[in-house]
Amino acid sequence: MTKHDPLSPVRLTLGPVLFNWRPEKLRDFYFRMADEADVDSVCVGEVVCSKRTPFFAPFVAEVVDRLHAAGKEVVLSSLALIMTEREAAQARELAQMDGVLVEANDVSVASMMAGRPFVAGPLLNIYNEGTLAYLRDLGAVRACLPAELPGPVIGTLAKTGGVEIEVQCFGRLPLAISARCYHARSRNLAKDGCQYVCAEDPDGMDVDTLDDEAFLAVNGTQTMSYHYLGLLAELGALRGLGVNRFRLWPHNVDMVAVAGLLRSVADGLVEPEDAALRLSELCPKAEFANGYFHGREGHRLIEADA
Amino acid sequence: MIRPELICPAGTPAALKSAVDSGADCVYVGFRDETNARNFPGLNFSRKELEEGIAYAHARGAKVLVAINTFPRAGHPQLWQAAVDDSARLGADAVILADIGLIDYAARTHPELRLHLSVQAAASNPQAIAFYAERFGVKRVVLPRVLTVPEIAAINRAVAPVETEVFVFGGLCVMAEGRCALSSYATGQSPNMNGVCSPASHVRYVESGRGITSQLAGFTINQFGLNEPAGYPTLCKGRFNAAGKTSYLFEEPTSLNTLAMLPDLINAGVAAFKIEGRQRGRAYVAAVVQAFRQSVDAVMAGRPLPDINLDSITEGGRQTTGAYEKAWR
Repeated sequence: MTKHDPLSPVRLTLGPVLFNWRPEKLRDFYFRMADEADVDSVCVGEVVCSKRTPFFAPFVAEVVDRLHAAGKEVVLSSLALIMTEREAAQARELAQMDGVLVEANDVSVASMMAGRPFVAGPLLNIYNEGTLAYLRDLGAVRACLPAELPGPVIGTLAKTGGVEIEVQCFGRLPLAISARCYHARSRNLAKDGCQYVCAEDPDGMDVDTLDDEAFLAVNGTQTMSYHYLGLLAELGALRGLGVNRFRLWPHNVDMVAVAGLLRSVADGLVEPEDAALRLSELCPKAEFANGYFHGREGHRLIEADA
Repeated sequence: MIRPELICPAGTPAALKSAVDSGADCVYVGFRDETNARNFPGLNFSRKELEEGIAYAHARGAKVLVAINTFPRAGHPQLWQAAVDDSARLGADAVILADIGLIDYAARTHPELRLHLSVQAAASNPQAIAFYAERFGVKRVVLPRVLTVPEIAAINRAVAPVETEVFVFGGLCVMAEGRCALSSYATGQSPNMNGVCSPASHVRYVESGRGITSQLAGFTINQFGLNEPAGYPTLCKGRFNAAGKTSYLFEEPTSLNTLAMLPDLINAGVAAFKIEGRQRGRAYVAAVVQAFRQSVDAVMAGRPLPDINLDSITEGGRQTTGAYEKAWR
């Protein structure tokens, strides 16, 4: 594995696992991340569907302990869409935990965190410096920006000051959240009787157009990009904009290797073109895109200038 | 029982007059730029048209609300702030905002201006609503179209005296509003950043011997037989292949129509009923507003709901009560 410069200011965050993985598999995944992955922060918690939350709940404490013992910062991520009193109660419980950073993916959670440090999650609508400054003054120490922002907007936000900017750089993009479960719907099931069919697709369910063009992916109530975001050549430009923290979305691939590769590129130790080949080997089923950063359609892959 | 206001869309001055004349309590409009979520060619209001529209509405006892409900572009908040300033100056009865930074600006700069929270802010629970109410003095929240009627009732009990407004008719978002980047993923243009979803500029209808294919930015969204009317390719209302079958995976081409459940929504304590469709013509606006005016008045007077058929103006002739019924999920 490539070693990075210990003085490097680059920080990597492993985002929360957005998919419905078996609880034991998820626990083992986090144990391995704790022991082997060259990431600085690890997010834990169910973001997509509150019906999944109870299954992993018994494992959270040991996962957090293991990550802490390995020197990782632990971030507990909140649900994105909070509608019921039960979901609100889950969020309140999260907001009261000590010793971890909470990532707010709904305004209600940011509100609960007021006056205490928290992370403004990528599913909050931070599009401009006014909103970013407001959340900073509320207590946000870090903001992971929404997927669709182009480079110049990221640059403007990075100049706001007083709040660390994190940018998504790897994995299927969370594009939309709904009350309706499309995984259940795809099996003619109601959400209430969903049989947790989302667990059958550990990287999400591919959604193709009628002429079989790959287009989107479904993860329960969440709609994602078919393409995997792969910012490699852009990492240098992002660091030039003042962004030094990058988020990797976990997939059912060797995330230790993916993290190491991203770190090497961010540190300038591996050329982006070489890294792109290696990333494709690590994610054989993935097609990559980077259009949003370049101000284009999110599904586009824009070749780097020579 | 609260008597809900009827909030009606107007994309043009003609539609505004039509809505007011048809019994709207309030009309909502936007400026002719990217500050509003219906930023379509040929639609929306100049400053002068807004001034005239407000005069027309106020003379007839109706209010005018201005939707400034996209998210200001980083580094360029002036366009959005000017929209708030001009709404206040011209006497708008409220502005409908989505962005925290812009709401903060409006609350600080125009403390007398009434603030409504746009559906694009997707405040889906009492704590989120309290955030906007307590910090910025937001008086009313347009609820995202993700909640059931019992959930709406529970929210109303928790947030009073903050008012809630719900959509009762028209185009239906199936995703939590303001939290969807599907359009920009396909087209580069999104509701939040550009005020458009599945924009017409990216739509093509491709004919072949077998029928018509509707495309959005080159992606096939639906196919129609030779004798079928080809619907507009709104991304989330298309047919897709997933899990080994072809289906309307997200939602059928359909319109929200809650006429039959108005008594339930009134009992849930909703303060205002919103009709979608600033992109619609004045005949549509008049027909829908009249239908809901009669129905709300009937419920409030204790009379049975009138039997009104709006099939002819719903998308594909199909109707749904959407998330208001739990089975939709």
